[in-house]
Amino acid sequence: MCDQTFVAATFGPCESCGKASPLMNIYIKTEAINFCSFCVELMTCQVLQGGESVASLKRESDNLKKKLEEERGKLNDIELHQVAEKSEVLGAFAIKTRRLLKGHGNKVLCMDWCKDKRRLVSSSQDGKVIVWDAFTLNKEHGVTLPCTWVMACAYAPSGCAVACGGLDNKCSVFPLSLDKNENLNAKKKSVAMHTNYVSGCTFTSSDMQILTSSGDGTCALWDVESGQLLQSFHGHTADVLSLDLAPSETGNTFVSGGSDMKANIWDMRSGQNIQSFETHESDINCVKYYPSGDAFASASDDATCRFFDLRADREVAIYQKDSIIFGASSVDFSLSGRLLFAGYNDYTINVWDVLKGTRVSVLFGHENRVSRLRVSPDGTALCSASWDNTLRIWS
Amino acid sequence: MAEGSRDQAGMGTTDPEEDSPNMIVYRKIEDIVTRIQDEKAGGVAIRTVKSFLSKIPSVVSGADIVQWLMKNLSIEDLAEAIHLGSLVAAHGYIFPISDHVLTLKDDGTLYRFQSPYFWPSNCWEPENTDYAIYLCKRTMQNKARLELADYEAENLARLQRAFARKWEFIFMQAEAQVKIDRKKDKAERKILDSQERAFWDVHRPVPGCVNTTEMDIRKCRREKNPHRVKKSVYGVPDDGQSQPSPVHISSQPTRKPTKDDVQKEITFLNIQLDRHCMKVSKVADSLISYTEQFMEYDPFVSVTEPSNPWISDDNAFWDLEASRDPNQQRVKKWGFSLEEALKDPLGRDQFLKFLESEFSSENLRFWLAVQDLKRRPLQEVASRAQEIWQEFLAEGAPSSINLDSHSYERTSQNLKDPGRYSYEDAQEHIFKLMKSDSYARFLRSNIYQDLLLARKKGKSLTGKRLTGLMQSS
Repeated sequence: MCDQTFVAATFGPCESCGKASPLMNIYIKTEAINFCSFCVELMTCQVLQGGESVASLKRESDNLKKKLEEERGKLNDIELHQVAEKSEVLGAFAIKTRRLLKGHGNKVLCMDWCKDKRRLVSSSQDGKVIVWDAFTLNKEHGVTLPCTWVMACAYAPSGCAVACGGLDNKCSVFPLSLDKNENLNAKKKSVAMHTNYVSGCTFTSSDMQILTSSGDGTCALWDVESGQLLQSFHGHTADVLSLDLAPSETGNTFVSGGSDMKANIWDMRSGQNIQSFETHESDINCVKYYPSGDAFASASDDATCRFFDLRADREVAIYQKDSIIFGASSVDFSLSGRLLFAGYNDYTINVWDVLKGTRVSVLFGHENRVSRLRVSPDGTALCSASWDNTLRIWS
Repeated sequence: MAEGSRDQAGMGTTDPEEDSPNMIVYRKIEDIVTRIQDEKAGGVAIRTVKSFLSKIPSVVSGADIVQWLMKNLSIEDLAEAIHLGSLVAAHGYIFPISDHVLTLKDDGTLYRFQSPYFWPSNCWEPENTDYAIYLCKRTMQNKARLELADYEAENLARLQRAFARKWEFIFMQAEAQVKIDRKKDKAERKILDSQERAFWDVHRPVPGCVNTTEMDIRKCRREKNPHRVKKSVYGVPDDGQSQPSPVHISSQPTRKPTKDDVQKEITFLNIQLDRHCMKVSKVADSLISYTEQFMEYDPFVSVTEPSNPWISDDNAFWDLEASRDPNQQRVKKWGFSLEEALKDPLGRDQFLKFLESEFSSENLRFWLAVQDLKRRPLQEVASRAQEIWQEFLAEGAPSSINLDSHSYERTSQNLKDPGRYSYEDAQEHIFKLMKSDSYARFLRSNIYQDLLLARKKGKSLTGKRLTGLMQSS
């Protein structure tokens, strides 16, 4: 802000716009500024609006970014895969399809396991949501939403309800009735309201709250019973495509990934963005925490999956191959975190050794894109959902 | 064929929409396809093959393509190379000259490369009128190789019904196309016809084949030129009847950062700079030791006892988990951390039992109550918070817990406006207390040790018996 200003007239090129004109020689906190009167007016207005111009702020921000990169770089003393050389090499894998779930009439976009380790819910492009006992292949419930492209679905921790949403910009909760004849639509509760499509949803540790991510660039936490918005999370500059809750019993954080190529960590209490990672070169389609909660993995349209550690605040591994050119749509860890399963738009699932950074297996079988995959709660199986209208259980 | 510049290989690289997800893949495939065709730079040999009485120009065998992919993309597995090649074909960049189904075979089947004019990166979305013209034109040409397949004949019939009113127009367009084509050189026509057919195989695939032009609806908004006037393959002017796709509505371009945004960014960056971070070496050790600790519990890495239900179709593994009688492996997990013990309902019960035996269960019960508070519906939060205060923190509370004065002050302040997180500080404090004190004693306690060693005793007895047997024989 201006401390003391002296006005004296001289003539010459303005230091702001370059035009030769009568100059006002001003001092702002001992710094001499020789601007033409127009530029002085401009600058005064900006200063009165509180602070410096966008340009100078941008410069400050860029300097800070460089400094941060330098500081973080000092901690990058070795690569994860180098330290992991001492770990045992994993043996050969015999992962096969053990169940094939047919029944959807169109692309399956999302699925989620129930805590009972055998049931799951899946949603598809034609608006259908089905609850399966994947072990017996039995379809236990079905509901049709009035909108197409149900991109998100989640099973409640109690096993008594499911949530789903998509192009309707909403996320609705359906209590699961024991009565097979009851129309689930009857008890439907509309909980979340976004201004664009809902890309992901998950219950928190109880049936009472859901967390959603949306194409409107925000995430939000909702109280199921009242439909009230408890907290909203702003920071992404484009569609948010995925989210995952931290696995800790005591933690209150979650990670989100979006079309702005950023993965952000959020504090659920305050709504603040705690950490941010921006190394991907295209949309981040999926994010998933490592089982300890200290790290997370991401899948992106740049055909790579990456592993980020929260304590080192940086990317510590990248999973890629020359022959993998299609985007990765979904990732999940095996129970110990040693394996990373990734589903791709080339219809395959690649299995990566998280620590060593190498690929240990490729799973063929789906006849179209893999849209989502999830390891079961006890780690005994992997479920993949695909645009080929089926879900596969692998073990 | 009314075409634009046939050398139009791609759009300007400074276009930001070039980075849309589909474009990224197309560019990679185009790079591969360009390299394959570059014979001088190690590409495949594209030849004219003699077949019976005619010559087949500009073809390469499937096997050659597969070999090239394996060599140049470092693919070790044949199946993977064939799969990738099939995808390149499915997207319309290479095609078998005598089949509508776009896959790659590892044999002498002959393939041709698609003309850059028809590349998917040019954002084709051909209308049904164009398709009708194409099918109609095919029926006019008296060539065996251009005969309509069954599904194409069906499509044509359907289109004739749909476009009954303007069929005369379509017919005329088709005739015009045939005239243009006749003027071309014979060999060139063979190639052009096949490329045109391959184009339609992508946009109107054989029933049962994947339509690779389908897009993820979430990414649609950023596609190149969403409001474009649909470009016709055969130069047919858009009659204005085509509806713009419902997804191609006002796209949300990334907002230019305002001063506010930049200021927030600066604040954020400063916080990051202040954060204390760990070295990668330390973090790596931590990740490795966590993973190694749990690998014996990971069904994908270690053998599941008695069996993996999904493989054996036997529930035994799940029945064991559900039983109130934990096995040694499960009890061992409770010793990894307090978090692990509390995660397992049985572990939690045993810990509670231990604490009750020491008359110090109020800490855990408080912790559990706060966990429960956070899971309640909004309506119930305030009253539940008060109940917790009465039970654990108020003057003369029945299960009084020991909080430091600072946390106590903070908590009682929080309760003036009770919310789900009113007890966060207190809960954290109590958790740390349990971790450093009671948890350590729990692990040394009889309750825990008995469970941990119970099976072990059984096992070592068996071990002794076996070695005994072996020694005696």
